[in-house]
Amino acid sequence: MSSENLGSVEYIQHHLQNNYVGSGFWTFHLDTIVVSALLGALMIGVGMYVGRRLETGVPGGLQNFIESILEFVDKTVKDSFPFRNPIIAPLALTIFVWVWLMNFMDLIPVDLFPYLFTIVTNNPDAYLKIVPTTDLNATLAMALVVFALVIYYNVKFKGVVGYLKVFLFHPFGKFFIPVNIVMTFIEELAKPLSLALRLFGNLFAGELVFLLIALIGGTLAVGAAALFWAPLQAVLGLGWAIFHILIITLQAFIFMVLTIVYLAMAHDEGH
Amino acid sequence: MSINATLIIQIITFVLLIWFVNKVLWGPMSKLMEDRQKRIADGLSAAEKGKHELELAEQRAKDVLKDAKVQAQNVLSQAEKRSTEIVEDAKVKAAEEAERIKAAAQADVEQEISRAREQLRKEVAALVVSGAEKILNKEVDAKAHNEMLDTLVKQI
Repeated sequence: MSSENLGSVEYIQHHLQNNYVGSGFWTFHLDTIVVSALLGALMIGVGMYVGRRLETGVPGGLQNFIESILEFVDKTVKDSFPFRNPIIAPLALTIFVWVWLMNFMDLIPVDLFPYLFTIVTNNPDAYLKIVPTTDLNATLAMALVVFALVIYYNVKFKGVVGYLKVFLFHPFGKFFIPVNIVMTFIEELAKPLSLALRLFGNLFAGELVFLLIALIGGTLAVGAAALFWAPLQAVLGLGWAIFHILIITLQAFIFMVLTIVYLAMAHDEGH
Repeated sequence: MSINATLIIQIITFVLLIWFVNKVLWGPMSKLMEDRQKRIADGLSAAEKGKHELELAEQRAKDVLKDAKVQAQNVLSQAEKRSTEIVEDAKVKAAEEAERIKAAAQADVEQEISRAREQLRKEVAALVVSGAEKILNKEVDAKAHNEMLDTLVKQI
């Protein structure tokens, strides 16, 4: 594998480099775009497959599974979103499932797809990063869409003037207008940034740990020492992967819940 | 790792995905689940209603049974009354019939008696006439003594 002819720093850098075309701002991370689109297509495909054979009576296996996810999302939305807006639940469902699927790519052995990719492209230096959520572009894109919705619903329910008043008189009342403007501005900006950076940071760090664990066997195992390091890598990799199942689910859930909460705040006229 | 045009593509993907999920997944599925919930609720309320109706029907059956018992009692007592009436009636009728038969027999007897008496009278008259003929040794003209004979017959 690539670690055999690269130092550990190069190994990690290589794995954290997107496959891209273009330059400057007009750079496109092909792997992020393709993988996330494929996962989205998987969601739609499963949705259409199940949707075509919907069973009103006792649901079968796959439908049952999807229904339980739907009910879970629906319950979460109902718990923290006291208003009526038909877009919130599908939005939350999309975020939860899509983010979870993209995060799940993290559990695939770190070298598997990059290695296959070098064979397919016949280029030993071909870059491939298959976890879209370790690309800040992917997480920020979702966060910005959510942010746009937050602003839209703020303006819709509070009015332009009402929304500006929040900036002027919140949180300290009318005698601290300059402070209020700065505070509210930061508060609003923190919403998309925290959404994007939290998911990105968690998954990036998780990926990094996987890479470090992968390094154990790759670089330290020379000769008889491999007898010790290779099993250690396997055990550590398993442990981290099991722990990571929790993290990817939790991160998807947090992204969804925060989206719902932000949108609920946007709907609140008395805020 | 830097922000670049990938962001734009991802935004488009995300928005399209939300739209698709709403269209093919959330829309039909939540409608289906609502329908099912409604059906279950309907079924439960129907079961509740059925139970209630069963209770009512049981109550009604009890009432009907009680009514029937009372009516049967009535019919029974009426029948008893009627039977005694019939027996009474029959008794009265029998007595009347016996009376009538008795009267008819009496009338018969009396008729017989009177007929016998008539016969006797005639015979006595003939006897008297023949006796008188013998005594007088001559023929008695029945016609000439008819009046006397008649008074004689009536005296017998």
